[in-house]
Amino acid sequence: MSELTSLTVTEMRAKLAAKDVSSVELTQAHLDAIDAQNAELNAFVAVDHKGALEQAKASDARIAKNEYGLLEGIPVAVKDLFCTEGLRSRSCSHILDGFVSPYESTVSGHVKTEGGICLGKTNMDEFAMGSSNETSHDGPCYNPWQLNKKLVPGGSSGGSAAAVAARMAPLSLGSDTGGSIRQPASFCGIVGVKPTYGRCSRFGMIAFASSLDQAGPFARNVQDAALALQAIMGHDAKDSTSAQMEVPDLTNLTPSLKGVRVGIPKEYQVEGMDPEILSLWEKGKELAKAQGAEIVDISLPHTHYALPTYYIIAPAEASSNLARYDGVRYGLRVVEDGDGINDLYEKTRAAGFGAEVKRRILIGTYVLSAGYYDAYYKKAQRIRTLIANDFKAAYEKCDVILTPATPSAAFAAGEKLDPVTMYLNDVFTVPASLAGLPGLALPAGLNKEGRPLGLQLLGKPFDESGLLNAAFGFEQALEFKASPFGA
Amino acid sequence: MTLSADDTRKIARLSRIRLNEDEIEGYTNELNGILHWIEQLQEVDTDGVEQMTSVADMALPMREDVVTDGNIQEKVLQNAPGSEYGCFTVPKVIE
Repeated sequence: MSELTSLTVTEMRAKLAAKDVSSVELTQAHLDAIDAQNAELNAFVAVDHKGALEQAKASDARIAKNEYGLLEGIPVAVKDLFCTEGLRSRSCSHILDGFVSPYESTVSGHVKTEGGICLGKTNMDEFAMGSSNETSHDGPCYNPWQLNKKLVPGGSSGGSAAAVAARMAPLSLGSDTGGSIRQPASFCGIVGVKPTYGRCSRFGMIAFASSLDQAGPFARNVQDAALALQAIMGHDAKDSTSAQMEVPDLTNLTPSLKGVRVGIPKEYQVEGMDPEILSLWEKGKELAKAQGAEIVDISLPHTHYALPTYYIIAPAEASSNLARYDGVRYGLRVVEDGDGINDLYEKTRAAGFGAEVKRRILIGTYVLSAGYYDAYYKKAQRIRTLIANDFKAAYEKCDVILTPATPSAAFAAGEKLDPVTMYLNDVFTVPASLAGLPGLALPAGLNKEGRPLGLQLLGKPFDESGLLNAAFGFEQALEFKASPFGA
Repeated sequence: MTLSADDTRKIARLSRIRLNEDEIEGYTNELNGILHWIEQLQEVDTDGVEQMTSVADMALPMREDVVTDGNIQEKVLQNAPGSEYGCFTVPKVIE
């Protein structure tokens, strides 16, 4: 393990500024870490050795002139869901075979204009549909913790989480629709942030569920995550749902919980919950109290209905979004002599989509079809309003909400088979997604098997500043120091 | 509501995904599993509750109706599995 890859981003920036290290050296150290580990982890589906070193060289030239972007010279891994100009951008789906993006997503573009170095594209569940990275057409990614046990890294942003935990990159970009940043961050023992819906542009992100998708960063500590988030936030004329709101300054966090009202929702204490998760949550409460926070009991009465509501809305939006994969404009085409246009559509989509994606398109098509739209889709959109109202009422009494991030630690690949059991992974993350709220997972401890467990913090809409400051306070109190390579 | 094999065939047709006959039963069972789980939403009283149309409290922005890009035929076609004369190709659709 190279010393360089263990540094925090803050330390890397200081070394770059002091000319102790060049971006080329830093980038090469991470490329070496990828080359050494990727055969086992499969965290990256494409590594851009040449492009990364060219970008690093250009960054060194800027540093020599004392020109600094927020992420100047820092290597970043990018989820395959982001369109990156000249690189594969396929959401790890067979149906996007051969797709190389002719343009750059706004968020990954921000990383580059702030001086970040794109190392390559990371593995993910196909079209971000999954909680274990096992639905990827590029094969499963494995969790760097206890590699011999072949644990899943979580999903859908499994590769981005594994890459940061394994020190193949200090930062990565992921996307979160129902928990796809927070759940893998928790499984891999790192920090993952999902900003408020509308905080980051969705332009150039391969769409899954447009009313839920948000980009966000992974990092090994809160300050690094805040810095990456700072780089990617902001309004974009190319995404009409991106908010025209002032962007907070996240570069000067204060680790204080004094006077912060921390809400504890009673509905998150579900029956049959893992006692280790429960005691970790308890520990979080005690630590917050010791730091001067006020613990407030709150109620989010419709929590229980969030997951089934999500599994109507997300597949409905997915079935519409994924209609674009028709074998005509890009990606895979399956057609035989004498076939008509419908044969082309149906054969291409049958061959190109994996089983989980097909399931969700079928469910989505069904809940939107004539005769069922009112009973399923409209009903779900009404319950979504109730869920959002629950949070609104709760935030009159508290500033942030503390919950467990996941109902379990990372499980072994191949362990969870039926769809509904897999969906339950997101039971704690989905409600905030439906309400568009910012949230993050931060590592809080190890279970008795030595696997990381995370806590989730939720914030008020567009209060990323309050959320990250509180997270910084929790991080200092929790003192989580473990890594897949030992403490 | 329980889906039959025929319902699954119909949904697959609407979705433009060809399912083999030997896949129908598996998908029908899985879809029913998911739908039965979703069924619990019917117990929630939603009378008088507005449907959510946007999570963020904001109006959609307006802009001038003008061309902001274009002349990128090559980029548009560069990922196409088939193109001729600057157009996408499809199988013959009219006799």
